Amino acid sequence: MDTAYLIETVIKVVVILLVFSALAGIGTYFERKILAFMQRRLGPMNVGPFGLLQVGADGIKLFTKEDIIPSNVVAPIFKIAPVITAATAFMAAAAIPFLPQFTIFGYTVHPIVSDIDVGILYILGVMAVGLFGPMLGGMASANKFALLSAARAAAVFISYEVVTGLAILAPIMMVGSLSLIDFNNYQIENGWILWTQPVAFVLFWIAAFAETGRTPFHLIANDHEIIDGFGTEYSGMRWGLFFIGEYANMFFISFVIPILFLGGFGDGSFLGAVALLGKMAFFFFFFLWTRAAWPDVRPDQLMWLCWKVLMPIAVVNVVITGLVMMF
Amino acid sequence: MFEAVAFYLFAFLTIAMFFITVTTSQALYALSALAAGMIFISAFFFILGADFLGAVQIIVYTGAVMALYAFGMMFFDTTREVKEKKGNKFIIVGLATLCAVIIVAIFAAPIVSDNMLSLYPALEGAGNTQSVGLVLFTKYLIPFEVAAIMLLVAMVAGIVLAGKKMDLSLTLLNAEEIEKMDEEINKKVLS
Repeated sequence: MDTAYLIETVIKVVVILLVFSALAGIGTYFERKILAFMQRRLGPMNVGPFGLLQVGADGIKLFTKEDIIPSNVVAPIFKIAPVITAATAFMAAAAIPFLPQFTIFGYTVHPIVSDIDVGILYILGVMAVGLFGPMLGGMASANKFALLSAARAAAVFISYEVVTGLAILAPIMMVGSLSLIDFNNYQIENGWILWTQPVAFVLFWIAAFAETGRTPFHLIANDHEIIDGFGTEYSGMRWGLFFIGEYANMFFISFVIPILFLGGFGDGSFLGAVALLGKMAFFFFFFLWTRAAWPDVRPDQLMWLCWKVLMPIAVVNVVITGLVMMF
Repeated sequence: MFEAVAFYLFAFLTIAMFFITVTTSQALYALSALAAGMIFISAFFFILGADFLGAVQIIVYTGAVMALYAFGMMFFDTTREVKEKKGNKFIIVGLATLCAVIIVAIFAAPIVSDNMLSLYPALEGAGNTQSVGLVLFTKYLIPFEVAAIMLLVAMVAGIVLAGKKMDLSLTLLNAEEIEKMDEEINKKVLS
Protein backbone atom coordinates (compact mmCIF):
# COMPACT_ATOMS: atom_id res chain seq x y z
CA MET A 1 0.00 0.00 0.00
CA ASP A 2 1.75 3.16 -1.12
CA THR A 3 1.90 6.30 0.93
CA ALA A 4 0.17 8.51 -1.64
CA TYR A 5 -2.91 6.30 -1.54
CA LEU A 6 -2.92 6.37 2.24
CA ILE A 7 -2.64 10.16 2.43
CA GLU A 8 -5.29 10.59 -0.26
CA THR A 9 -7.72 8.32 1.60
CA VAL A 10 -7.18 10.08 4.90
CA ILE A 11 -7.75 13.48 3.26
CA LYS A 12 -10.92 12.23 1.57
CA VAL A 13 -12.27 10.82 4.83
CA VAL A 14 -11.58 14.07 6.68
CA VAL A 15 -13.14 16.19 3.91
CA ILE A 16 -16.31 14.06 3.81
CA LEU A 17 -16.57 14.13 7.59
CA LEU A 18 -16.16 17.91 7.80
CA VAL A 19 -18.35 18.78 4.80
CA PHE A 20 -21.25 16.59 5.83
CA SER A 21 -21.09 17.50 9.53
CA ALA A 22 -21.35 21.13 8.45
CA LEU A 23 -24.06 20.29 5.92
CA ALA A 24 -26.03 18.53 8.64
CA GLY A 25 -26.06 21.80 10.57
CA ILE A 26 -27.00 23.83 7.52
CA GLY A 27 -29.60 21.18 6.69
CA THR A 28 -31.48 22.06 9.87
CA TYR A 29 -31.48 25.71 8.74
CA PHE A 30 -32.87 24.74 5.33
CA GLU A 31 -35.49 22.58 6.96
CA ARG A 32 -36.68 25.33 9.26
CA LYS A 33 -36.73 27.93 6.49
CA ILE A 34 -38.53 25.73 3.94
CA LEU A 35 -41.06 24.51 6.49
CA ALA A 36 -41.63 28.11 7.55
CA PHE A 37 -42.23 29.35 4.01
CA MET A 38 -44.62 26.49 3.33
CA GLN A 39 -46.54 27.38 6.47
CA ARG A 40 -46.48 31.15 5.72
CA ARG A 41 -44.04 31.98 8.48
CA LEU A 42 -40.59 33.52 8.29
CA GLY A 43 -38.60 30.93 10.21
CA PRO A 44 -35.34 31.90 11.91
CA MET A 45 -34.78 35.62 11.26
CA ASN A 46 -33.05 37.18 14.25
CA VAL A 47 -29.54 35.73 14.27
CA GLY A 48 -27.54 37.14 11.37
CA PRO A 49 -28.86 38.01 7.90
CA PHE A 50 -31.96 35.90 7.16
CA GLY A 51 -31.19 33.97 10.34
CA LEU A 52 -28.19 32.35 8.69
CA LEU A 53 -26.10 32.38 11.86
CA GLN A 54 -28.81 30.40 13.64
CA VAL A 55 -26.79 27.29 12.75
CA GLY A 56 -23.83 28.64 14.71
CA ALA A 57 -26.02 29.61 17.64
CA ASP A 58 -27.53 26.12 17.71
CA GLY A 59 -24.05 24.63 17.51
CA ILE A 60 -22.79 26.68 20.43
CA LYS A 61 -25.84 25.69 22.45
CA LEU A 62 -25.47 21.99 21.70
CA PHE A 63 -21.73 21.92 22.39
CA THR A 64 -21.84 23.85 25.64
CA LYS A 65 -24.99 22.42 27.17
CA GLU A 66 -24.51 20.13 30.15
CA ASP A 67 -24.41 16.46 29.21
CA ILE A 68 -26.79 14.85 31.67
CA ILE A 69 -26.76 11.09 32.24
CA PRO A 70 -29.93 10.30 34.24
CA SER A 71 -29.44 8.04 37.24
CA ASN A 72 -31.52 5.01 36.20
CA VAL A 73 -30.22 4.55 32.67
CA VAL A 74 -27.82 1.84 31.50
CA ALA A 75 -24.98 4.31 31.22
CA PRO A 76 -22.53 2.68 28.75
CA ILE A 77 -25.24 1.85 26.19
CA PHE A 78 -26.93 5.21 26.74
CA LYS A 79 -23.63 6.97 26.02
CA ILE A 80 -22.71 4.97 22.93
CA ALA A 81 -26.13 5.01 21.20
CA PRO A 82 -25.86 8.50 19.57
CA VAL A 83 -22.34 7.69 18.41
CA ILE A 84 -23.66 4.63 16.56
CA THR A 85 -26.16 6.73 14.61
CA ALA A 86 -23.64 9.39 13.64
CA ALA A 87 -20.74 7.02 12.95
CA THR A 88 -22.65 4.56 10.78
CA ALA A 89 -24.09 7.40 8.69
CA PHE A 90 -20.56 8.51 7.82
CA MET A 91 -19.30 4.95 7.42
CA ALA A 92 -21.94 4.37 4.76
CA ALA A 93 -20.53 7.37 2.85
CA ALA A 94 -17.32 5.44 2.19
CA ALA A 95 -18.79 3.73 -0.88
CA ILE A 96 -20.67 6.69 -2.36
CA PRO A 97 -19.09 8.46 -5.38
CA PHE A 98 -19.91 12.09 -4.63
CA LEU A 99 -18.49 13.58 -7.82
CA PRO A 100 -16.96 12.26 -11.04
CA GLN A 101 -13.19 11.89 -10.95
CA PHE A 102 -11.32 15.10 -11.64
CA THR A 103 -7.72 16.16 -12.07
CA ILE A 104 -6.19 18.76 -9.80
CA PHE A 105 -2.53 19.84 -10.15
CA GLY A 106 -1.97 16.84 -12.40
CA TYR A 107 -3.23 14.37 -9.81
CA THR A 108 -6.38 12.38 -10.54
CA VAL A 109 -8.78 12.35 -7.62
CA HIS A 110 -11.58 9.81 -7.28
CA PRO A 111 -14.12 11.39 -4.93
CA ILE A 112 -15.05 8.01 -3.44
CA VAL A 113 -13.24 6.66 -0.41
CA SER A 114 -13.34 3.04 -1.50
CA ASP A 115 -14.90 1.61 -4.66
CA ILE A 116 -15.70 -1.82 -3.24
CA ASP A 117 -17.57 -3.97 -5.73
CA VAL A 118 -20.53 -4.46 -3.40
CA GLY A 119 -21.06 -0.73 -2.84
CA ILE A 120 -24.83 -0.57 -2.68
CA LEU A 121 -25.16 -3.58 -0.37
CA TYR A 122 -22.54 -2.09 1.94
CA ILE A 123 -24.27 1.31 1.99
CA LEU A 124 -27.69 -0.12 2.74
CA GLY A 125 -26.31 -2.50 5.37
CA VAL A 126 -24.34 0.11 7.24
CA MET A 127 -27.13 2.68 7.04
CA ALA A 128 -29.43 0.06 8.53
CA VAL A 129 -27.06 -0.34 11.48
CA GLY A 130 -27.75 3.35 12.15
CA LEU A 131 -31.21 2.43 13.45
CA PHE A 132 -29.49 0.65 16.34
CA GLY A 133 -28.81 4.14 17.72
CA PRO A 134 -32.42 5.15 18.35
CA MET A 135 -33.28 1.66 19.51
CA LEU A 136 -30.39 1.30 21.98
CA GLY A 137 -30.92 4.85 23.21
CA GLY A 138 -34.60 4.13 23.74
CA MET A 139 -34.01 0.85 25.53
CA ALA A 140 -31.19 2.14 27.70
CA SER A 141 -33.01 5.20 29.04
CA ALA A 142 -35.46 4.29 31.76
CA ASN A 143 -38.36 6.12 30.17
CA LYS A 144 -41.68 4.82 28.88
CA PHE A 145 -41.73 7.06 25.83
CA ALA A 146 -38.18 6.12 24.95
CA LEU A 147 -39.04 2.44 25.25
CA LEU A 148 -42.05 2.94 22.95
CA SER A 149 -39.86 4.59 20.37
CA ALA A 150 -37.32 1.75 20.67
CA ALA A 151 -40.10 -0.75 19.93
CA ARG A 152 -41.13 1.36 16.96
CA ALA A 153 -37.55 1.52 15.71
CA ALA A 154 -37.41 -2.28 15.71
CA ALA A 155 -40.73 -2.45 13.86
CA VAL A 156 -39.66 0.13 11.28
CA PHE A 157 -36.37 -1.65 10.77
CA ILE A 158 -37.80 -5.08 10.04
CA SER A 159 -40.47 -3.55 7.79
CA TYR A 160 -38.54 -1.30 5.46
CA GLU A 161 -35.38 -3.34 4.97
CA VAL A 162 -37.19 -6.00 2.97
CA VAL A 163 -38.64 -3.37 0.65
CA THR A 164 -35.29 -1.65 0.06
CA GLY A 165 -33.56 -4.93 -0.67
CA LEU A 166 -36.18 -6.26 -3.06
CA ALA A 167 -36.70 -2.91 -4.80
CA ILE A 168 -33.01 -2.52 -5.53
CA LEU A 169 -32.73 -6.13 -6.72
CA ALA A 170 -34.36 -5.47 -10.11
CA PRO A 171 -31.92 -2.66 -11.14
CA ILE A 172 -29.02 -4.79 -9.83
CA MET A 173 -30.16 -7.62 -12.12
CA MET A 174 -30.10 -5.23 -15.08
CA VAL A 175 -26.72 -3.69 -14.29
CA GLY A 176 -25.13 -6.95 -13.18
CA SER A 177 -23.02 -5.28 -10.53
CA LEU A 178 -23.37 -3.87 -7.04
CA SER A 179 -20.85 -1.06 -7.47
CA LEU A 180 -22.27 2.45 -7.70
CA ILE A 181 -19.62 3.36 -10.29
CA ASP A 182 -20.90 0.52 -12.49
CA PHE A 183 -24.45 1.77 -12.01
CA ASN A 184 -23.33 5.17 -13.24
CA ASN A 185 -21.48 3.75 -16.25
CA TYR A 186 -24.42 1.52 -17.17
CA GLN A 187 -26.68 4.56 -17.28
CA ILE A 188 -24.34 6.46 -19.61
CA GLU A 189 -24.91 3.79 -22.26
CA ASN A 190 -28.48 2.73 -21.59
CA GLY A 191 -30.18 5.83 -20.29
CA TRP A 192 -31.53 6.39 -16.80
CA ILE A 193 -32.71 3.32 -14.92
CA LEU A 194 -35.70 5.41 -13.86
CA TRP A 195 -37.28 4.90 -17.32
CA THR A 196 -36.91 1.12 -17.25
CA GLN A 197 -37.52 0.58 -13.52
CA PRO A 198 -40.03 3.24 -12.39
CA VAL A 199 -41.62 0.88 -9.86
CA ALA A 200 -38.30 0.07 -8.21
CA PHE A 201 -37.51 3.80 -8.10
CA VAL A 202 -40.74 4.68 -6.30
CA LEU A 203 -40.40 1.76 -3.88
CA PHE A 204 -36.81 2.66 -3.06
CA TRP A 205 -37.77 6.28 -2.57
CA ILE A 206 -40.57 5.37 -0.17
CA ALA A 207 -38.22 3.04 1.72
CA ALA A 208 -35.68 5.86 1.91
CA PHE A 209 -38.17 7.83 3.98
CA ALA A 210 -38.43 4.94 6.42
CA GLU A 211 -34.67 4.50 6.41
CA THR A 212 -34.01 8.09 7.40
CA GLY A 213 -37.08 8.29 9.63
CA ARG A 214 -38.55 11.27 7.82
CA THR A 215 -42.05 12.48 8.07
CA PRO A 216 -44.58 10.05 6.76
CA PHE A 217 -42.61 7.48 8.75
CA HIS A 218 -41.36 9.74 11.50
CA LEU A 219 -42.96 7.54 14.13
CA ILE A 220 -39.71 6.75 15.94
CA ALA A 221 -39.52 10.23 17.42
CA ASN A 222 -42.99 11.65 16.99
CA ASP A 223 -43.00 14.84 19.00
CA HIS A 224 -46.76 14.98 19.34
CA GLU A 225 -47.38 11.53 20.76
CA ILE A 226 -44.21 10.21 22.41
CA ILE A 227 -42.40 13.50 23.19
CA ASP A 228 -39.07 12.96 21.40
CA GLY A 229 -39.04 9.18 21.69
CA PHE A 230 -35.49 7.94 22.15
CA GLY A 231 -34.24 11.52 22.51
CA THR A 232 -36.37 12.31 25.56
CA GLU A 233 -33.60 11.69 28.11
CA TYR A 234 -30.77 13.07 26.00
CA SER A 235 -29.29 16.51 26.24
CA GLY A 236 -26.49 18.53 24.74
CA MET A 237 -24.17 17.09 22.15
CA ARG A 238 -25.37 13.51 22.52
CA TRP A 239 -28.78 14.62 21.33
CA GLY A 240 -27.02 16.66 18.65
CA LEU A 241 -25.21 13.55 17.42
CA PHE A 242 -28.56 11.89 16.71
CA PHE A 243 -29.41 14.94 14.63
CA ILE A 244 -26.13 14.93 12.73
CA GLY A 245 -26.64 11.25 11.98
CA GLU A 246 -30.18 11.80 10.73
CA TYR A 247 -29.30 14.72 8.47
CA ALA A 248 -26.11 13.13 7.18
CA ASN A 249 -28.19 10.04 6.35
CA MET A 250 -30.66 12.25 4.46
CA PHE A 251 -27.85 13.77 2.42
CA PHE A 252 -26.25 10.41 1.69
CA ILE A 253 -29.49 8.76 0.62
CA SER A 254 -30.18 11.84 -1.53
CA PHE A 255 -26.87 11.06 -3.26
CA VAL A 256 -27.59 7.35 -3.58
CA ILE A 257 -31.05 7.67 -5.21
CA PRO A 258 -29.85 9.79 -8.20
CA ILE A 259 -26.76 7.61 -8.66
CA LEU A 260 -28.91 4.48 -8.71
CA PHE A 261 -31.82 5.69 -10.80
CA LEU A 262 -31.25 9.14 -12.30
CA GLY A 263 -27.99 8.75 -14.17
CA GLY A 264 -25.66 9.79 -11.35
CA PHE A 265 -22.92 12.14 -12.49
CA GLY A 266 -23.26 11.06 -16.12
CA ASP A 267 -20.14 10.97 -18.28
CA GLY A 268 -18.05 12.77 -15.68
CA SER A 269 -18.07 16.25 -17.18
CA PHE A 270 -18.38 19.37 -15.04
CA LEU A 271 -22.02 19.62 -16.08
CA GLY A 272 -22.64 16.06 -14.88
CA ALA A 273 -21.18 16.86 -11.47
CA VAL A 274 -23.39 19.94 -11.15
CA ALA A 275 -26.39 17.88 -12.29
CA LEU A 276 -25.70 15.29 -9.57
CA LEU A 277 -25.57 18.02 -6.93
CA GLY A 278 -28.81 19.45 -8.34
CA LYS A 279 -30.55 16.08 -8.18
CA MET A 280 -29.25 15.60 -4.65
CA ALA A 281 -30.63 19.02 -3.68
CA PHE A 282 -34.01 18.11 -5.16
CA PHE A 283 -34.27 14.87 -3.18
CA PHE A 284 -33.19 16.63 0.00
CA PHE A 285 -35.79 19.31 -0.65
CA PHE A 286 -38.39 16.61 -1.23
CA PHE A 287 -37.72 15.22 2.26
CA LEU A 288 -38.57 18.65 3.68
CA TRP A 289 -41.52 19.11 1.33
CA THR A 290 -43.19 15.90 2.49
CA ARG A 291 -42.65 16.95 6.07
CA ALA A 292 -44.66 20.11 5.42
CA ALA A 293 -47.33 18.41 3.32
CA TRP A 294 -47.97 14.98 4.81
CA PRO A 295 -49.35 13.66 8.09
CA ASP A 296 -47.56 10.93 9.99
CA VAL A 297 -48.67 7.33 9.75
CA ARG A 298 -49.22 4.99 12.67
CA PRO A 299 -46.77 2.12 13.27
CA ASP A 300 -49.33 -0.51 12.24
CA GLN A 301 -50.03 1.43 9.03
CA LEU A 302 -46.33 1.51 8.22
CA MET A 303 -46.03 -2.24 8.74
CA TRP A 304 -49.18 -2.84 6.69
CA LEU A 305 -47.80 -0.67 3.90
CA CYS A 306 -44.38 -2.30 3.87
CA TRP A 307 -45.37 -5.93 4.22
CA LYS A 308 -48.72 -6.12 2.45
CA VAL A 309 -48.38 -3.51 -0.29
CA LEU A 310 -44.79 -2.60 -1.10
CA MET A 311 -43.19 -6.01 -0.64
CA PRO A 312 -45.55 -7.88 -3.02
CA ILE A 313 -45.12 -5.11 -5.61
CA ALA A 314 -41.35 -5.37 -5.26
CA VAL A 315 -41.44 -9.16 -5.66
CA VAL A 316 -43.65 -8.91 -8.76
CA ASN A 317 -41.29 -6.27 -10.14
CA VAL A 318 -38.30 -8.57 -9.66
CA VAL A 319 -40.09 -11.48 -11.35
CA ILE A 320 -41.19 -9.36 -14.33
CA THR A 321 -37.68 -7.94 -14.71
CA GLY A 322 -36.28 -11.46 -14.69
CA LEU A 323 -38.75 -12.63 -17.33
CA VAL A 324 -38.08 -9.64 -19.58
CA MET A 325 -34.32 -10.16 -19.28
CA MET A 326 -34.64 -13.86 -20.10
CA PHE A 327 -36.82 -13.60 -23.20
CA MET B 1 1.04 -4.79 7.84
CA PHE B 2 -2.36 -3.14 7.73
CA GLU B 3 -4.00 -6.54 7.35
CA ALA B 4 -2.17 -7.85 10.42
CA VAL B 5 -3.09 -4.82 12.53
CA ALA B 6 -6.71 -4.98 11.39
CA PHE B 7 -6.89 -8.73 11.97
CA TYR B 8 -5.55 -8.61 15.52
CA LEU B 9 -7.64 -5.57 16.38
CA PHE B 10 -10.87 -7.15 15.19
CA ALA B 11 -9.96 -10.58 16.57
CA PHE B 12 -9.53 -9.03 19.99
CA LEU B 13 -12.70 -6.95 19.66
CA THR B 14 -14.81 -9.88 18.46
CA ILE B 15 -13.67 -12.19 21.24
CA ALA B 16 -14.13 -9.45 23.84
CA MET B 17 -17.66 -8.76 22.59
CA PHE B 18 -18.72 -12.41 22.62
CA PHE B 19 -17.13 -12.82 26.05
CA ILE B 20 -19.32 -9.98 27.32
CA THR B 21 -22.33 -11.59 25.63
CA VAL B 22 -22.00 -14.83 27.57
CA THR B 23 -20.80 -13.47 30.91
CA THR B 24 -22.97 -10.44 31.58
CA SER B 25 -26.27 -10.71 33.43
CA GLN B 26 -27.66 -7.54 31.90
CA ALA B 27 -29.83 -8.31 28.86
CA LEU B 28 -29.08 -5.03 27.09
CA TYR B 29 -25.31 -5.49 27.40
CA ALA B 30 -25.55 -9.04 26.13
CA LEU B 31 -27.62 -8.08 23.08
CA SER B 32 -25.53 -5.03 22.19
CA ALA B 33 -22.30 -6.97 22.55
CA LEU B 34 -23.74 -9.73 20.37
CA ALA B 35 -24.69 -7.21 17.67
CA ALA B 36 -21.27 -5.57 17.85
CA GLY B 37 -19.47 -8.91 17.70
CA MET B 38 -21.48 -10.03 14.68
CA ILE B 39 -20.68 -6.81 12.85
CA PHE B 40 -16.98 -7.00 13.78
CA ILE B 41 -16.85 -10.47 12.21
CA SER B 42 -17.63 -8.85 8.86
CA ALA B 43 -14.23 -7.14 9.15
CA PHE B 44 -12.54 -10.54 8.64
CA PHE B 45 -14.45 -11.03 5.40
CA PHE B 46 -13.36 -7.58 4.22
CA ILE B 47 -9.73 -8.31 5.15
CA LEU B 48 -9.87 -11.57 3.17
CA GLY B 49 -11.26 -9.74 0.16
CA ALA B 50 -14.70 -11.34 0.41
CA ASP B 51 -16.56 -8.04 0.27
CA PHE B 52 -19.87 -9.61 -0.65
CA LEU B 53 -19.93 -11.92 2.35
CA GLY B 54 -18.85 -9.05 4.59
CA ALA B 55 -21.72 -6.82 3.50
CA VAL B 56 -24.17 -9.72 3.75
CA GLN B 57 -22.88 -10.49 7.25
CA ILE B 58 -23.66 -6.91 8.30
CA ILE B 59 -27.12 -6.88 6.71
CA VAL B 60 -28.22 -10.32 7.92
CA TYR B 61 -27.02 -9.99 11.48
CA THR B 62 -28.27 -6.46 12.10
CA GLY B 63 -31.72 -7.74 11.14
CA ALA B 64 -31.40 -10.92 13.17
CA VAL B 65 -30.14 -9.19 16.30
CA MET B 66 -32.83 -6.54 15.89
CA ALA B 67 -35.43 -9.31 16.18
CA LEU B 68 -33.63 -10.56 19.31
CA TYR B 69 -33.82 -7.05 20.76
CA ALA B 70 -37.57 -7.07 20.15
CA PHE B 71 -37.84 -10.29 22.19
CA GLY B 72 -35.57 -8.85 24.86
CA MET B 73 -37.84 -5.83 25.06
CA MET B 74 -40.88 -8.08 25.53
CA PHE B 75 -39.40 -10.47 28.12
CA PHE B 76 -37.12 -8.32 30.30
CA ASP B 77 -36.90 -4.93 31.86
CA THR B 78 -33.72 -4.28 29.96
CA THR B 79 -32.48 -1.61 32.35
CA ARG B 80 -32.29 -4.10 35.25
CA GLU B 81 -30.03 -7.06 35.79
CA VAL B 82 -31.45 -10.53 35.23
CA LYS B 83 -31.09 -12.99 38.11
CA GLU B 84 -29.60 -16.06 36.54
CA LYS B 85 -29.78 -19.59 37.86
CA LYS B 86 -26.18 -20.66 37.92
CA GLY B 87 -25.35 -24.35 37.96
CA ASN B 88 -21.95 -25.92 38.34
CA LYS B 89 -19.49 -23.41 36.90
CA PHE B 90 -16.77 -25.97 36.28
CA ILE B 91 -18.97 -28.10 34.05
CA ILE B 92 -19.95 -25.07 31.96
CA VAL B 93 -16.38 -23.81 31.61
CA GLY B 94 -15.07 -27.30 30.91
CA LEU B 95 -17.64 -28.06 28.23
CA ALA B 96 -17.21 -24.67 26.59
CA THR B 97 -13.43 -25.08 26.45
CA LEU B 98 -13.79 -28.59 25.07
CA CYS B 99 -16.19 -27.36 22.35
CA ALA B 100 -13.82 -24.56 21.38
CA VAL B 101 -10.83 -26.93 21.15
CA ILE B 102 -12.78 -29.47 19.09
CA ILE B 103 -14.05 -26.81 16.65
CA VAL B 104 -10.54 -25.42 16.16
CA ALA B 105 -9.26 -28.97 15.63
CA ILE B 106 -11.97 -29.71 13.06
CA PHE B 107 -11.21 -26.62 11.02
CA ALA B 108 -7.46 -26.84 11.43
CA ALA B 109 -7.17 -30.52 10.49
CA PRO B 110 -7.41 -30.10 6.68
CA ILE B 111 -4.94 -27.21 6.78
CA VAL B 112 -2.40 -29.13 8.86
CA SER B 113 -2.59 -32.25 6.70
CA ASP B 114 -2.42 -30.22 3.46
CA ASN B 115 -5.61 -31.90 2.38
CA MET B 116 -7.26 -28.75 1.04
CA LEU B 117 -8.15 -28.82 -2.63
CA SER B 118 -9.65 -25.88 -4.44
CA LEU B 119 -12.08 -27.73 -6.68
CA TYR B 120 -13.61 -24.56 -7.98
CA PRO B 121 -10.74 -22.14 -8.56
CA ALA B 122 -11.67 -18.48 -8.85
CA LEU B 123 -12.52 -17.48 -12.39
CA GLU B 124 -10.52 -14.77 -14.06
CA GLY B 125 -12.50 -11.57 -14.27
CA ALA B 126 -15.41 -12.76 -12.15
CA GLY B 127 -16.12 -10.37 -9.30
CA ASN B 128 -16.87 -11.23 -5.73
CA THR B 129 -20.61 -11.51 -6.15
CA GLN B 130 -20.31 -13.60 -9.33
CA SER B 131 -17.95 -16.09 -7.66
CA VAL B 132 -20.36 -16.60 -4.76
CA GLY B 133 -23.18 -17.13 -7.25
CA LEU B 134 -21.16 -19.60 -9.31
CA VAL B 135 -20.29 -21.79 -6.33
CA LEU B 136 -23.79 -21.50 -4.90
CA PHE B 137 -25.49 -22.66 -8.10
CA THR B 138 -23.04 -25.42 -9.01
CA LYS B 139 -21.37 -27.18 -6.10
CA TYR B 140 -23.78 -26.18 -3.36
CA LEU B 141 -27.00 -26.17 -5.37
CA ILE B 142 -28.73 -28.89 -3.36
CA PRO B 143 -27.90 -27.47 0.11
CA PHE B 144 -28.98 -24.08 -1.22
CA GLU B 145 -32.34 -25.40 -2.43
CA VAL B 146 -32.86 -27.39 0.76
CA ALA B 147 -32.19 -24.27 2.81
CA ALA B 148 -34.72 -22.39 0.66
CA ILE B 149 -37.37 -25.08 1.26
CA MET B 150 -36.62 -25.06 5.00
CA LEU B 151 -37.06 -21.30 5.11
CA LEU B 152 -40.32 -21.60 3.17
CA VAL B 153 -41.60 -24.21 5.64
CA ALA B 154 -40.57 -22.00 8.55
CA MET B 155 -42.33 -19.03 6.97
CA VAL B 156 -45.56 -20.96 6.39
CA ALA B 157 -45.43 -22.28 9.96
CA GLY B 158 -44.81 -18.78 11.29
CA ILE B 159 -47.76 -17.37 9.37
CA VAL B 160 -50.05 -20.19 10.52
CA LEU B 161 -49.00 -19.77 14.16
CA ALA B 162 -49.08 -15.99 14.30
CA GLY B 163 -51.71 -15.17 11.71
CA LYS B 164 -54.88 -16.18 13.54
CA LYS B 165 -56.11 -12.67 14.15
CA MET B 166 -54.10 -10.89 11.49
CA ASP B 167 -57.00 -8.81 10.17
CA LEU B 168 -57.91 -7.58 13.62
CA SER B 169 -56.38 -4.21 14.41
CA LEU B 170 -57.00 -2.79 17.86
CA THR B 171 -56.27 0.72 16.65
CA LEU B 172 -59.07 0.51 14.08
CA LEU B 173 -61.71 -0.69 16.57
CA ASN B 174 -63.70 1.77 18.63
CA ALA B 175 -63.92 1.57 22.41
CA GLU B 176 -67.20 -0.39 22.51
CA GLU B 177 -65.97 -3.10 20.21
CA ILE B 178 -62.80 -3.54 22.27
CA GLU B 179 -64.87 -3.74 25.46
CA LYS B 180 -67.09 -6.39 23.89
CA MET B 181 -64.06 -8.39 22.84
CA ASP B 182 -62.57 -8.18 26.34
CA GLU B 183 -65.83 -9.40 27.88
CA GLU B 184 -65.88 -12.40 25.59
CA ILE B 185 -62.31 -13.27 26.51
CA ASN B 186 -63.14 -12.91 30.20
CA LYS B 187 -66.16 -15.18 29.80
CA LYS B 188 -63.97 -17.84 28.26
CA VAL B 189 -61.45 -17.51 31.08
CA LEU B 190 -64.14 -17.66 33.80
CA SER B 191 -66.15 -20.54 32.37
